[in-house]
Amino acid sequence: MDYFLVVLLQIAGAVGNLALISVGLAVIFGMMRVINLAHGEFIMLGGFAAISSVQAGINIWLSMLVIAPLSVAMLGIVVERLVMRRLYGRMVDTMLASWGLSLLLIGLATTFFGNRVVGIAAPVGSFRIGDYSLGAYDFVLAGVVLVIFAGGYAVLRFTRAGLIARATMQNREMASSLGIEPSRVYAITFAIGSALSGLAGGLLAPISGVLPTMGVAYVAKAFITVITGGASVITGTALSSTLLGSINTVSTFVTTPVLGDVALLLAATIFLRLLPTGITGRIFKGAP
Amino acid sequence: MTFSAFSRVGGTHIALAAIAMLAAITILPGFAPLYTLINVTLYMSMGVFALSLALLWGYGGILCFGQSAFFGLGAYAYAIAAINFGDTTLAAVFAILIPALFAAGLGYFLFYGRLSDVYLGVITLTVTLILFKLINSTGGDAWRIGEARLGGFNGIPNTPLLTMPFSGIPLSPAQMFTLAAILLFATYALCKVLIVTRFGRAVIAVRENEMRAELLGYNAKRLKLAVFVISAGIAGLAGLLFATSVFVSPTMFSLSMAAQVLIWVVVGGLGTLFGPVAACFALQMATAALGKLGLVDPNIVLGLVLIVFVVFVPGGIQPALAALYNRIVSPARQSRTLEEVSR
Repeated sequence: MDYFLVVLLQIAGAVGNLALISVGLAVIFGMMRVINLAHGEFIMLGGFAAISSVQAGINIWLSMLVIAPLSVAMLGIVVERLVMRRLYGRMVDTMLASWGLSLLLIGLATTFFGNRVVGIAAPVGSFRIGDYSLGAYDFVLAGVVLVIFAGGYAVLRFTRAGLIARATMQNREMASSLGIEPSRVYAITFAIGSALSGLAGGLLAPISGVLPTMGVAYVAKAFITVITGGASVITGTALSSTLLGSINTVSTFVTTPVLGDVALLLAATIFLRLLPTGITGRIFKGAP
Repeated sequence: MTFSAFSRVGGTHIALAAIAMLAAITILPGFAPLYTLINVTLYMSMGVFALSLALLWGYGGILCFGQSAFFGLGAYAYAIAAINFGDTTLAAVFAILIPALFAAGLGYFLFYGRLSDVYLGVITLTVTLILFKLINSTGGDAWRIGEARLGGFNGIPNTPLLTMPFSGIPLSPAQMFTLAAILLFATYALCKVLIVTRFGRAVIAVRENEMRAELLGYNAKRLKLAVFVISAGIAGLAGLLFATSVFVSPTMFSLSMAAQVLIWVVVGGLGTLFGPVAACFALQMATAALGKLGLVDPNIVLGLVLIVFVVFVPGGIQPALAALYNRIVSPARQSRTLEEVSR
């Protein structure tokens, strides 16, 4: 019984983790149809921002939840201005340019922070279920993920800003002829997406540590989760994280962590063959 | 061959490449130090790799984010086969066949599933990552194919050197250099000829407008699959050359390998063959020099180059230079040659 509960909690943790690392990419992709291959590096920089501010003596919660997203959002604004803005509508070129950005950021981070793992201690301890010990930090993560998704859903569904965002997503020309400036919506979207990536990096720093080349490990998973999710930012990402996170955890339990990752990627590939437009391209159409 | 056929395949270009190749193999081994010779051999293997993507992306219009999968597969297929057979000639054939077969399976899945550009990119990238992870986790004695230990993170340090067929004498670095130069030239010539054959024209037609090509009766899916398989075979050959010059390691599957080859094609010019090879040489030399100086991380340079080219020189170097040449040297020559039309 205890074991079952622990496995269940592990699955929930994996799902939350996947959702956390994907949501920033999902916002940018769902809104702008731009694939940001520097997403993993945005996560990495969020991690470094959090760790650097903790080392500078700032409160850890403030560093993770405020400083990390804000600093990456600022970077996102600069990137959008200088590079992405010139490439809208040229999907392949945006992928290539953001890949270049990814290499550039890896190089810069290696230069400034050195090619080694830095970490911080998790701010909360652990507790026990029967014979098993679990980190309480996982529940912090799960809580943050729930807040992000519930908040995101509410904003998109019930506010004026959300309405504008959904309108631009659905039909850019129509929205712009109704007086909405798409370039402004895009700039804000990119900033929000970057902030979410930075938040993910900040929150993951105590668990996985931060390394300049860590982004690679995240970008493919995030990428595949978003594509599997399909057109709806919040619903799609939540559903595909649940599906892929469960597959990942179960196969990790049955085999090894590496084969667990392989199973995740393989499952997503087969899934895309069956539903080329993602889960929300077929089911739950139109949910935000 | 009549003159018109000669000029149609770009015979002048092939002849120039042949002269460059002959000059390189007669002059360079004579005076260049061993270190340079081995390095240039490596660059040439990378040049073959660049050609594989230049053909697939530039002419087939298929953007493969995971070309390094075939590069690595070729190398591993060669190393495993050579260790097991004790003979490298047959193993070299495996280095081309295995990636081609793998591409045939993967390509069937991709093209017959009618996946669009972006998904194609995602899936090829994912497959590369899967292979990278799998190979990295094959440390220890449990993971072996026949006699060959896969070696996980360390790769296969005892990758056999290519030997002369029948005699079994390993090739010297100078001979390896010559072989690489010949194969680079041969691949270039093959691609050059391929794009003017009936098959090549049809592939280009599919790139330009898939639906129109299909309505004209061409089987677009089969054409894409075919060019994908050919490109994978070429990448496998590149992997073989690379592996015998250094050794087989999981980094051959890595994302940075996949990124590099894309950068060469973007910088050299999409839809050209010479450009990517030239860009490959130039960037390899630049990153090697930078690495030696230790001033800046090579990733910074590669990243900046990629961003600058995508944003400011989207056509790449070769078309930009050709345009410049046409404007300065021959402003009177207005008629487009067949060569340009074929791009």
